[in-house]
Amino acid sequence: MTYASAAKSAPQGALGRLLSRKLAVLGLVLIVLVLGGALGAPWIAPFAPDQQNFDGLTIEGSPLPPGGAYLMGTDLLGRDLFSRILYGARTSLIIGIVANGLSLLIGTLVGITAGYFRGWIGAALMRFTDLMMAFPALLLAICLAAIFSPSLWIVALVIALVNWVQTARVIYTETTSLATRDFIAAERTLGAGTGRILFKHILPHLVPTIIVWGTLGISTTVLLEATLSFLGVGVQPPTASWGNIIFENQTYFQSAPWLVFLPGAAIILLALAFNLVGDALRDVLDPTQRGRH
Amino acid sequence: MPAYILRRLIQSALILLGVSFITFFLLFVLPADPVRQIAGRSASAATVESIRHELGLDRPFLVQYARYLGGLVQGDLGRSYLQKSEVSVLIASRLPATLLLMVAAIFCELAIGLTMGIVAALRRDRFADQALMMTSFVTVSAPQFVVSLLMLYVFAVKLGWFPIGGYGTFRHLVLPAITLGILGSGWYSRMMRSSMIDVMRADYIRTARSKGLGRARVVLGHALPNAILPIIAMIGIDIGVFMGGIVVVESVFGWPGIGQLAWQAIQRIDIPIIMGVTLVSAVAIVLGNLLADLIAPFIDPRIKLK
Repeated sequence: MTYASAAKSAPQGALGRLLSRKLAVLGLVLIVLVLGGALGAPWIAPFAPDQQNFDGLTIEGSPLPPGGAYLMGTDLLGRDLFSRILYGARTSLIIGIVANGLSLLIGTLVGITAGYFRGWIGAALMRFTDLMMAFPALLLAICLAAIFSPSLWIVALVIALVNWVQTARVIYTETTSLATRDFIAAERTLGAGTGRILFKHILPHLVPTIIVWGTLGISTTVLLEATLSFLGVGVQPPTASWGNIIFENQTYFQSAPWLVFLPGAAIILLALAFNLVGDALRDVLDPTQRGRH
Repeated sequence: MPAYILRRLIQSALILLGVSFITFFLLFVLPADPVRQIAGRSASAATVESIRHELGLDRPFLVQYARYLGGLVQGDLGRSYLQKSEVSVLIASRLPATLLLMVAAIFCELAIGLTMGIVAALRRDRFADQALMMTSFVTVSAPQFVVSLLMLYVFAVKLGWFPIGGYGTFRHLVLPAITLGILGSGWYSRMMRSSMIDVMRADYIRTARSKGLGRARVVLGHALPNAILPIIAMIGIDIGVFMGGIVVVESVFGWPGIGQLAWQAIQRIDIPIIMGVTLVSAVAIVLGNLLADLIAPFIDPRIKLK
């Protein structure tokens, strides 16, 4: 069996094993639901997300509780909370995918380079990674986001810049152990160039790790975006984000708790979903973990 | 061992130097002007320039950084731009609150997390195990501010058992500490569970059992002390995790620690304070990691420090 066919058959077996796990299936269902809500928002949402409804406030001007025409109630401006949460799912997923993809890319590049070349490049890259580990990441992110007046893309960039370190370390460790294996030495003896070894032989073996960390990373990213937006330095209103819905309404959380806890529940469910799937993937894709749980 | 510690301390100092350089550089290149904040919107261009000159902010980047570093080695973190006070004094006045919260939070994390982990390991694959592990998943997936607000809503607003934020008495400490305890417990409970499962498979446990010891003696006397050891080394790393989250928790609970100080400084671009808090947090993270590595060989003599 060639490497290529081994690489192809492994994920199919893995998918079967993944689907046999109840928690993983629960996670996948949650992800599909959120994805469906995000993609279908224009058709599912009963109102436009930033439409301030005339009858969306009581006579005293306070928001309406869940029920009636407004499924999840309304916010301080009389906007439909359900519609805003649906559109907020888009924000979370876009940031989750873009920021996490970017940090995965940086982490993998740094990790592979440092792990394969070692020498002074490797040492310099890993010392830099150590340095980044010592940064209070959230503080740094808050600081960067606060000073740039943040757009969706800046927020994604900031998150990627503070989040790639873990991936880099894991990929580094795996690459160093792969690089000393016999089949890599054999390839080199056969005259394979560095590029060929890296992309044809090392990278495919890193794919399971990248998938696992990519999945778990989305959860971290979603939480970080929510936190930045909650502090008011993330995604800016009127663009709906689960974090900034809470930011806008938190002073009223005693009288209108649904405005804080419904978007809060959405954040937890999405982060939980990716954690469940990521954790199951780790068990399924990493043979050394099998039988340990 | 002393040579190892010395080398690690030098490494740590270099890491902190790097952190200070990068933070200083980021704050220098960012498109925010602290002088505008100090002078106010209505200040004339001449006033702005004179303040800029007075603070030395018109000098080249490296000159400014060298001056900052020169102060730093003498323990001088500079003066706050807006609060007319030394940064070291401001941090020193806020640090006790943060440290108090840290100790209380890590205590709660351990109490909740270890209990969950032990119960899950002993009821492995049964309902209790599955429920506890699901709970640990939820806690690691929940953002701090949501759980903080939820705890405030239930226990302070609805039940009125605790004050809605603030500082001063033991009752003020309970809610933030338990909130952090719940949030951090997921991590500990998962580690405790797998550590306990590993230990329960060990030969000396089988020996203890075959000597006819009761289940309670085996678990509490033989398994637990061994299973808990690897967790202790993790506390050092947890210090870093805690420092990462202080801005959010302290701002939600109105806790007057260095996280709140940093948050106020960020909003007003008070660079010396931001630098100071970043460095103090980095010191805590680096020391925590060092502590974790130094404890490891005492816990497991097979680990050799190189």
